[in-house]
Amino acid sequence: MRFLFKTDYEDDIRLFPHSGYIYTYGLLLAVLLIAPYLLSSYLMSQLVFVCIYATVGVGLMILTGFTGQASLGHAAFLAIGAYTAAYLQQYNVPFPVYFLAAGLLTGVVGALVGFPALRLQGIYLVIATISFAFIVEEILARWESVTHGNEGMRVKTIQLLGNSVSRDGPVFYYLCLAVLVLTIVGTLNLLRSPTGRAFVAIRDSETAARSMGINVALYKVKSFAISAAITGFAGVLFAHKLSFISPEMFTLQLSIEFIIVILIGGTFSLHGAVLGAIFLVMIDPFLTYLKDDMPGVIAGVAATFGAGTERAAHIQDAVAAFASANGLKGAIYGIIIVVFVLFEPLGLYGRWLKIKLFFQLFPLYKRATFKRQKIYVKSERNR
Amino acid sequence: MLDFVQQLVSGIALGCVYGLIALGFVLVYKATEVVNFAQGDLMMLGGFFAFTFIGLLGLNYWIGFAGAVICMALFGMLAERVVVRPILGYPQFSIIMATIGLGYFLRSVTGMIWGTDDFKIETPFSQGVLRIGSLVLAYDKLSVIAATIILCALLYLFFNRTTLGTAMRASSENMLAAYYMGIPVKRVVSIVWAISAAVATCAGVLLAPITFIHSNVGLVLGLKAFPAAVLGGFGSIPGAVVGGVLIGVIESMAGFYLPQGWKDVAPYIVLLAVLLLKPEGLFGLHVRKKV
Repeated sequence: MRFLFKTDYEDDIRLFPHSGYIYTYGLLLAVLLIAPYLLSSYLMSQLVFVCIYATVGVGLMILTGFTGQASLGHAAFLAIGAYTAAYLQQYNVPFPVYFLAAGLLTGVVGALVGFPALRLQGIYLVIATISFAFIVEEILARWESVTHGNEGMRVKTIQLLGNSVSRDGPVFYYLCLAVLVLTIVGTLNLLRSPTGRAFVAIRDSETAARSMGINVALYKVKSFAISAAITGFAGVLFAHKLSFISPEMFTLQLSIEFIIVILIGGTFSLHGAVLGAIFLVMIDPFLTYLKDDMPGVIAGVAATFGAGTERAAHIQDAVAAFASANGLKGAIYGIIIVVFVLFEPLGLYGRWLKIKLFFQLFPLYKRATFKRQKIYVKSERNR
Repeated sequence: MLDFVQQLVSGIALGCVYGLIALGFVLVYKATEVVNFAQGDLMMLGGFFAFTFIGLLGLNYWIGFAGAVICMALFGMLAERVVVRPILGYPQFSIIMATIGLGYFLRSVTGMIWGTDDFKIETPFSQGVLRIGSLVLAYDKLSVIAATIILCALLYLFFNRTTLGTAMRASSENMLAAYYMGIPVKRVVSIVWAISAAVATCAGVLLAPITFIHSNVGLVLGLKAFPAAVLGGFGSIPGAVVGGVLIGVIESMAGFYLPQGWKDVAPYIVLLAVLLLKPEGLFGLHVRKKV
């Protein structure tokens, strides 16, 4: 086991606490860079979605995970980013300009949402963000001169340095990856700056933060703005990846998916946003795979246990019918959320930490290390 | 003027439905400080139970209604036992997510069992109208209003006059202290979930003639009922109904007098405005912060 001796504050806030980090993340980055040459085009496309969802996840993590302000309206921020890109593109604005403009505009909108949200807490904030998302969705559907209403908008391919960047090509993947990596590094730097510390202080106790001299209102608005801007950047990439956007893509369902990303990944670390995005995006191909292959596998198992051919075929049909039933995906989603909340509240990254600690401390690992404290006493109404 | 009254009444009837669902939200919140995002889906499930008893098995309307209420009360207890109890006492956000997950699950499973079509329940109130002068009021809407008033009054009395109601309020204030005072907190929570599922079922069955029952009705109406509960100030029973009626009337008026598209957003705009002025809702308690 490695012991890190910290002698001053600089040691404590280092980006890479020890050299092992550089090697592992360098290796990961190298693998991600050669991925286009290894993976099929379908998996590459999924990987691009992982990057986009992870970027949104990081944005949401700043707001929900680190500042403690729950938001179920991030689909609206994504929509604003996507629509800004689509609108400016019509006037031949170059990509870097509208990319930045989309982020900026979304950030401003985020700050505007942040102001009313200052007075709200907990459940009231959740409903306020949901209301905001509904209103944005309705505006997108009705403001036809700009958004083309429910007909949606086509998004052309990116023109970068005189070349067009195909949405399926490796260059687009590198672009998304670059945005993700820059966002993560930027967020890490933010979190070790006074601003980030203030965010975490507000999350842990607003009153305590205020009595330490933190301007709670200012930092909450900042958190909203930063989170929204990052989501806006992701929105531009999202629009380009789909090449077509319409209001019904940005519903409450999408906001819930973003929350699922950080919930499943683990809400206390940026690793969680990435792991959650991988989980959420990859669950679709996985379910399709199960749907196609499970019936055969189960029938095979039944056959080995002595079921006749006819019986096995019958079982195969039954399982196939069940697997292709409408809405099975929703049920599985629901079960996954509930199971994670009940049994893995720290998310995938928490599980990873537990496994790591198990091997580091072997054979002295104690289950109670990660036990959460129940707080029956505290009524959130009086907080 | 007649149009206005007509719109007002249909808005109130619609609002009462929102109010009934919001009552479920408020009940659970009052007793456990948990926001149940699956409330609308419980309502939907209750409607489907009633549809099965009345429409498919051909039982008498009132027997089927009672059967659905009892089944859903048991189901509410089951849901509480499986999903909520293990995380009771953890931060609110985890419980919100768990109930969102429960809602997903209920919607899909209902869709898989009963199909995704619209269903209708034959009720004694389906036909017939009450005429006052030239004002026409349908019985099904009046039945909703009447039921809401009765349920609201009963629940209000229950919470403020009975021992069990007091125990529920106590356990929401401070579970640990309530437990020390000899209140069986777990059973109290279980009972409150049963009651809220039963109230949701009433809403579902009364709603069936107005909007048909389908597997997504819970999501749609739940998202309207939730602002209603917030508008009234989460945790106030009359507030939930008043909030529901306000939302219903605003929606109905906006649909009639304003251009298309306002109908769906108007309730949310009003909600945001109210939250800006009174962050704790219209009837909410303002409590000083403690460190």
